[in-house]
Amino acid sequence: MKLFEYQGKEIFKESGVEVPRGNVARSSDEVFEIAKKIGESVLKIQVLAGKRGKAGGIQFASSPEEAKNIAKDLFSNNYLGFSVEYLLVEEKLSIEKEYYTAITYDYKMKSPVILVSAQGGIDIEEVPEEFIIKKYLEPDTRLEPYQGREIAIQTGIKGKQINTFSSMLVKLVDIFIDKDAELVEVNPLVLSKERFIAADSKIIIDDDALFRQKTLPINDEKNEIERKCHEIGLSYVQLDGDIAIMANGAGITMATLDLIKEYGGSPNNFLDAGGGANEEQTKKALELLLSTNPKGIFINIFGGITRTDDVARAFLKVREELEIKIPVVIRLIGTNQEKALELLRNAGIEAYSDMELAAKTIVQKVRGA
Amino acid sequence: MAILLNKESRVIIQGITGHQGSFHCKQMLDYGTNIIGGVSPGKGGTKIHDVSVYDSVSMVRQHQGGIDVSIIFVPASYARDAALEAIYNQVSMIVLITEHIPLKDAVIIMNAAQKKGTAVLGPNTYGIVSSGLSKVGIMPGQYFQPGPVGVVSRSGTLSYEIVGNLYKNGLGTSTVVGLGGDRITGLTFPEILGSFQKDNDTRAIVLIGEIGGTAEEDAAEYIKGHITKPVVAYLAGKSAPPGKRMGHAGAIIEKGMGTFEAKVKALKNAGVFVASVPSQVPLIIRNELGGL
Repeated sequence: MKLFEYQGKEIFKESGVEVPRGNVARSSDEVFEIAKKIGESVLKIQVLAGKRGKAGGIQFASSPEEAKNIAKDLFSNNYLGFSVEYLLVEEKLSIEKEYYTAITYDYKMKSPVILVSAQGGIDIEEVPEEFIIKKYLEPDTRLEPYQGREIAIQTGIKGKQINTFSSMLVKLVDIFIDKDAELVEVNPLVLSKERFIAADSKIIIDDDALFRQKTLPINDEKNEIERKCHEIGLSYVQLDGDIAIMANGAGITMATLDLIKEYGGSPNNFLDAGGGANEEQTKKALELLLSTNPKGIFINIFGGITRTDDVARAFLKVREELEIKIPVVIRLIGTNQEKALELLRNAGIEAYSDMELAAKTIVQKVRGA
Repeated sequence: MAILLNKESRVIIQGITGHQGSFHCKQMLDYGTNIIGGVSPGKGGTKIHDVSVYDSVSMVRQHQGGIDVSIIFVPASYARDAALEAIYNQVSMIVLITEHIPLKDAVIIMNAAQKKGTAVLGPNTYGIVSSGLSKVGIMPGQYFQPGPVGVVSRSGTLSYEIVGNLYKNGLGTSTVVGLGGDRITGLTFPEILGSFQKDNDTRAIVLIGEIGGTAEEDAAEYIKGHITKPVVAYLAGKSAPPGKRMGHAGAIIEKGMGTFEAKVKALKNAGVFVASVPSQVPLIIRNELGGL
C-alpha cells in the first residue's frame, strides 16, 4: 500500500526526521492560509504516482495570492490519471545539495538494503551504479549509528554533518522496520543550511503486514470491481480487452491471458479465483465479470483444491438468475470433473478439457459474434 | 532416486488440526507419504487420520525421532513462529504452504534457515512430490506418476496443467518442486537444477517461470555452466501490462527487469527450449529424449 507524500512526512515528523515547514490543504482557500504563514511556497499535488514534477503537478508561488491561483488550477486538473484532492503546501527550501536515500528489500539477496547517493533529485534511475552506495542490513537488526557514519563518509559528507546524516538514516531504518515498509525513499534529501531535510517521501507498506499495522491510514488504489473481488477473497486486475476471464491460480490465469492473446483475442481482466474458491465465491465472481459487459466469458479451472462441480453449479445458478447473451466457454479438469461435466451436459453445455482448444474457441466465438 | 524427498523421508505437519492441514494430511497419506506426526499447540494427545498430534515440534522429536521435512499450514500471522520452531529443531527441509507472509518475517525465516542449514520451499508454494514415492504438498496426486522429467516452478496450478500435459503424453515425472510464488523464497532455480543434473532418474528438466523478478535469468546463467540435460521452459505473463500486479507477489514487472522478453532471451541463450504454449512442452521433451 502506497502512502501519500504528506502521510509519509507525518511519519517522518513523528520519528524526528526533518521535513519542510508546511501543511496539507483541501481547497485553494486553505492553500492561501498556509502560504500566508510560510511565505514563498511550493505546491505539490498529492497523488499515488511518481514523476509529478514532470507532469506539472509541482509548482512554486512567490505570494499567497499566487499560491491560491495555482492551487485552483491544480485542483481542477487530472494528473497521471488521478484527480487532485489534496495539495501539500511547503516552504521553498534553499538547496545546497540533493541526496538520494532509500531502504528497500533486495529479493535476490533476501535482505533489506540501504541505498544512498550524492546524486539525488529527479532521474535517479539514470545515475550509474558506482555512484550508489549499497549497504545490506542484518535481518531483524537496526542500523547502528557508526554504520550510518560510515555510509555518510562514503557519500562524501563531511564534518558535523556526518553525525546529522547518520542519526537521520537510523530513524529512516527504524521507520522501515517498525511500519513493515517495503520501501522508504527520500528523494531528494536536501542539504539546506547545514540541515538534512526530507523534501519528498515515498513509503510503500507491505500489504501482507497490514494486519499488524493498525495505526496507518488506509489508501485504496483499487477500482470498484477490484475492491469487490478483494472482499470475496479473489484477485482481480482490470485490462482493456473484451473477453472476461476466470481461472484459478496466478500462474495459470496469466497463461490463460497469454493464450487468448496468442489466438488473436483480447482479455478484459485477470481474475484469479485462487485455490479452493467455493460455489458462493465463484457465483459472485461470475456476477462481477458479467457486470463489466464483456463480449464473451472464458472459465478455465484446473481443480486441485477447487472442486470443479462447485464451479459448474455456480455457473448454472448464475445462468438461471441472469440472462447471459454472450458466448461462454468453460474448461474444467481435475477434482470431481465427471460430476461437473455431467451437470453441465444436463444443462446443454459441452465443457472442454483441453485448455488451448477452449481458448481458441472463445476467441472464435467472440470474433464471429 | 528423485531429489530432496523420497519414500523414507520422515514428514511432520505443522497446523495439522486446521481445515487445510487435516485435509491434506489424508491426501498425503493416501499418496504414501511417511507422516510421523503432527503439531498443533494445545491439541497434543489427539489424532488426525491416525497421525499423532503433539504440542510442539520438539515433542515429535522426543517421541518419534529426527524429522526430515515439515509442511507448514499455519496462518500467515503465525507462520514465522512455526517456521523458526522447525528450523531450530533440526528439521532438514520446511515446506511453507502459507501465503501472504510479511516480507520482514520471510527475511527472518530465510536467515535462520541459512544459519542452521535448513532448506526452505516457499512461502506460497504448492510443495514437492517425488512421483510414486512421497508427496509433501497440496497438489492433486493422480497426475504425478513416476517418469524421467524433473519439474521446477514458481506457480501451482500452471504446474499441474503442464504435469497433466506430460502425463497425457505418457511422460511421468521424477520430482516436481514448487519454489513458491512470493518475492522472497528459499530454494531457487539453480539449486534445484543442480540436483536434477545429478539425479540419475531425471533425464530432462522442465522449468516453469513467470514474469517479475530475476529468478529465470539467474536460472539461465546457471544452466550455461552446469546443466547438460535438456531443459524446456514455459513462461507465463507474456501479455501482462507493465506495472500491473497479477495476483502473485512475484508477478510484477518493475523498472524493465523481469520482462517476458528478457527472460526468453536469457533462457534461449543458455540453450533452453522455450515453449510458446503449454501443450508444446511434452512434444519438445519427447523429441529431446528420442527413443523413449
